[in-house]
Amino acid sequence: MNEPVMTIENLGLEFPLGRTLYDVVQRRPGRVVNALNGVSLQLNKGETLGVVGESGCGKSTLARCIVRLYEPQHGQIHYHGQDIFEAEAKKDRSYNRRVQMMFQDPYSSLNPRMTTGQILSEALRVHDMRPANEIPARVAELLDLVRLPQDAADKLPHEFSGGQRQRIAIARSLAVEPEVLIADELVSALDVSVQAQVVNLLLELQERLNLTILFVAHDLRLVRHVSNRVAVIYLGRIVEIGDSETLFSRPSHPYSQALLSAAPSLDPDDKGKAIRLEGELPSPLNVPSGCPFHVRCRHATELCKREVPALLPRDGRGEVACHHVEELN
Amino acid sequence: MIDQKPILEVSNLCTTFRRGGVDLPAVRDVSFSVGQGEVLGLVGESGSGKSVTLRSILGLSRRYGDVTGEVRWLGQDIASMPERKLRHIRGREIAMIFQEPMTSLNPLLTVGMQLTETLKAHTDLNRAARRDRAIEMLDHVGIPSAASRLGEFPHQFSGGMRQRVMIAIALAASPKLLLADEPTTALDVTIQAQILDLILSLADEMQMGVILVTHDLGVVAQTCENVAVMYAGRVVEQGAVRQVLGAPRHPYTVGLMRSVPQNVPPRTQLYSVPGTPPSLEALPVGCAFASRCQNRTERCLTARPTLDAITDDRRVACFNPVAAEKAGAA
Repeated sequence: MNEPVMTIENLGLEFPLGRTLYDVVQRRPGRVVNALNGVSLQLNKGETLGVVGESGCGKSTLARCIVRLYEPQHGQIHYHGQDIFEAEAKKDRSYNRRVQMMFQDPYSSLNPRMTTGQILSEALRVHDMRPANEIPARVAELLDLVRLPQDAADKLPHEFSGGQRQRIAIARSLAVEPEVLIADELVSALDVSVQAQVVNLLLELQERLNLTILFVAHDLRLVRHVSNRVAVIYLGRIVEIGDSETLFSRPSHPYSQALLSAAPSLDPDDKGKAIRLEGELPSPLNVPSGCPFHVRCRHATELCKREVPALLPRDGRGEVACHHVEELN
Repeated sequence: MIDQKPILEVSNLCTTFRRGGVDLPAVRDVSFSVGQGEVLGLVGESGSGKSVTLRSILGLSRRYGDVTGEVRWLGQDIASMPERKLRHIRGREIAMIFQEPMTSLNPLLTVGMQLTETLKAHTDLNRAARRDRAIEMLDHVGIPSAASRLGEFPHQFSGGMRQRVMIAIALAASPKLLLADEPTTALDVTIQAQILDLILSLADEMQMGVILVTHDLGVVAQTCENVAVMYAGRVVEQGAVRQVLGAPRHPYTVGLMRSVPQNVPPRTQLYSVPGTPPSLEALPVGCAFASRCQNRTERCLTARPTLDAITDDRRVACFNPVAAEKAGAA
C-alpha cells in the first residue's frame, strides 16, 4: 500500500559562512549554518506530506535538496531506489522532469516577458514532451486543466491576478507530467478566498493524476487540510512525523503541541488556551546542545541538554524525537 | 463594554486616489468608533481599503489623495487639521505600527536613538530621563538585557524582536490609541502569539484603544472585541466579534469564514467565494459584492445597500442578509 517514491536518509546540509577577519584573528575556521541535520523521511506514492515549522527551520532547504537545487553534505535521497546525487544520476534530466517544484511568489516566478503560451510550451519543448506541431493543443489542454480561459495563452503574467498566476505555475509543472510536486508555500501569498480555489484545484489534480505532493507551508490549518501525513521540523531536525489527523488532534512532541496551539482559532472561546512558547527560534549558527528545543521547552531536564533524542516510533502515533515523550503524554 | 464616550469617531471617511486621470475610491463612507481600552479589528482581503483607512485616520493619505469625512479625536476633527497641529497628536496621542518590521526601522540608527527620538519629539524628558524611559520601554515589551541592546542596530535583532522595538517606539509617548497595520503578518505563529499577547496586555494596562488591521480571521477571533469587515473600500458588516464570526449575516463574511480550513473534513473541497473582487476603477453601481453573491437579486445590481443596524450593535450592508439561524449553523 505505502509504495515509497522517495526515501530520504539522514540528510544533512551546512552552509559555510566564509571566514571573517575575526575568525582569522581567533585562529578558528569560518562558522557554518546547520540547515538540516539527520533528516530521514519517506514520501509515498499518491500522498501529501505536509512540512511545517517556523521560518529558518530548514523546511524550504529540504524542498530545495529534493529538487537538487542544493547538494547535501550528508545522507542520501533515493528516488525509486536510485541515488539522485550520484554522478550518473545527476546527468539524467528525467528526474528534473519527474519531480517539479512550485514557488511561493507568483510575481517573481513567471518570466514577465513571456506569454502564458510561451511559458507552457517552453516546458514542453525543453523536455521533448510533444512534437512541435502538437504543442499548441497541449497548451490548450493544460489551460483547461487549471481552469484558465483559452485566451490566457496570449497574455503576459502581469495581466493575471495572484491566484491565476499560481494556476499558471501549476500548469507549467504539470506540463512535463511529473510524479512528485514540491509546493513551497504555494498559496501563502494569496488571500483566503483565492487560497481556497488554488488548494481545491491542487487536491483535485492530485486525485486525477495520482500525484505525490510535498506541501511546505507555515499555515497550519492549511497543512492539516491538505496533508495525509505531516512532519514538524525544528532547527533542521524532524521532531515529530505522523498521520496528519493524529498529529494535529493529539501532538506528542512539546514543540508540536506549542506550535499547533499557537495557530489562532476562529472560535473566540479558545482564547487563552494556547501554550505560549518563551523566546524565539535559536540561530541555526549556534544550535543548542542536546535536544535543540530544550532552551524553550517547559519540560527540559539535564538529559535533554546533553543528548539529542532519536526519532522513535510510538504506538500508532507516528515518530517522535523527545526523551520524555512517554511521561508527557 | 463601551459605556463611556468613544475616543475616536470616524464618520463617512472617504479616500480617493487619482491615477492617470482615473479616480480610485479606496475607502468609501467608512464609519466606526473606538472606545478607551477597546480592541477593534478591521478585516478584509488585499485591496479592501483597510490599511488606507488607518493611514487616513492619521492624515498620512492626504498627500496622495482626497480625504473627506470626519475623524473626531477626543471630540476634535483631525481630518481637516493642519499638518503642524496634527503633529502634536500623531505619535503622541495616536501611534501606529506597520507590517514590515524589517523596513520600518532606520537601518543606520541604533535602536536607542530611534526610541529616544520619539521621546524627544513628544515629551519634556531630559536626555538621561529619555534614556531611562527607553530602557524601561524595551524591558516592557520583553526584550532581554534592554540596557545593553540600546546601542545595537536593527539588523542585530530578529523579526519578532524588531516588531517589539516598533511597539516600544510607538508606545514610548504613552498614546491613547494604537493603530496596528498587520503587525504580525510577517512573523511565525509562535511569535505572532507573543506579540498579540503583548499588545493586548499593554492595551489593558494603559487603557489604550487599538485598531488592529489584519486579514486573518483567527487573529480577530483571538484578540478583538469588535470587528468591521471591509470589502471594496466599504464596511459590509460590523459588530461584536462573537456575533459576527459566530453568526455572520453578510454573504461575503459567510464566504470568508467558510474558506478558512477549520472544522471541515480534511482533503475535501474548500468553499471559495466565486470570482474576484471588482477593480476600484470599475466599481459597479449597485452592491460591489453582487457579482459574486448567491443571494443576489435585481435590486443589488441597481442600488447600493447601506450599512444598517439589524440589532443594537450589529450592522450589515446587504439587502438579503443570510438568515440568523442559518448563519449560526454555517
